[in-house]
Amino acid sequence: MEGTGLEKTIGILNQKYEGEVLHAAMLYDFPTITLKKDKIIEIIKFLKEHPDTRYHYLTTLCGIHFPELNQIAVMYQLHNMMSGERVRLKIYLPAEKPEVPTLTTVFAGANWMERETYDFFGVIFTGHPDLRRILNVEDMIMFPLRKEFPLEDQVREDKNDTMFGR
Amino acid sequence: MQTETSNIKMVQAPEGVEGAGFFATSLEKVVGMARKNSIWPLPFATSCCGIEFMATMGAHYDLARFGSERLSFSPRQADLLMVMGTIAKKMGPVLRQVYEQMAEPRWVLSVGACASSGGIFDTYSVLQGIDRIIPVDVYVPGCPPRPEQIIDGVMKIQRLVETESLRRRDSAEYKAMLNQYGIE
Repeated sequence: MEGTGLEKTIGILNQKYEGEVLHAAMLYDFPTITLKKDKIIEIIKFLKEHPDTRYHYLTTLCGIHFPELNQIAVMYQLHNMMSGERVRLKIYLPAEKPEVPTLTTVFAGANWMERETYDFFGVIFTGHPDLRRILNVEDMIMFPLRKEFPLEDQVREDKNDTMFGR
Repeated sequence: MQTETSNIKMVQAPEGVEGAGFFATSLEKVVGMARKNSIWPLPFATSCCGIEFMATMGAHYDLARFGSERLSFSPRQADLLMVMGTIAKKMGPVLRQVYEQMAEPRWVLSVGACASSGGIFDTYSVLQGIDRIIPVDVYVPGCPPRPEQIIDGVMKIQRLVETESLRRRDSAEYKAMLNQYGIE
């Protein structure tokens, strides 16, 4: 079964969504498919309900920041618990205006995952029922996992940079 | 009075004038002695230092020897706020509220590197030392400190409690110090 999941999923996708797939590869034994961003929710719903894929469980959803591309990727991992097959779907959004429709219409569990992605990357999930920060303090004005933000706290005056080789 | 057969340890009487049938000393010393030997802590334990503190409370190290048998997770009747562990910025207002709800006189013991300075977590989400939001009396270094160090910190607090003047909390300096933190 291992390794066949990617071809099978691509085949099923091509039945209906020919041209939406930008790139597909097995990365570290994990079928990874990069898609265009416009129909992503529709595609996930299609893969969830199609009798041959049945990816009925959303494992995780998160963001990735690529400062050199000036893009923020959103990554969806789906799981079929009957066959044990998994798939990872990626879409790329422009970093200035990262907007994508919410997945809560398909998976209710995406609610908190999307809130977390908004909290750390600033991705706007249009149509999300309650898009608030979930982990950081409410009055934070930045998206800390974007790479333009310094990781370290900027209020320390007692740090000696030479100790850190800087 | 200590008899020859009893092994109960009694506190040394403060210095004073002793005579036949009477003993005279200052009220401050008596109150200090009483407070010192019955400090009731409020453990605010958020991470590994809290586990170390549990060992301090256990039978082997036995913090209860110092009159700190009653731990409570309530500001009522608590004299000593022991902050043990990483305080995230989101936890900051909670810690401050707990401190404000404690009645005077109150002392604060900051246990471990995280509570004292943010420790290894020099990052956007962690408060870089609780002394940014509440005043601290004694810092205990270590990551995590051993129970002996926590006991040492408690004994340093005891020394402060014993020697503190009864009017210190009314002084202008103390009020100014609280005002620095925005606490009335």
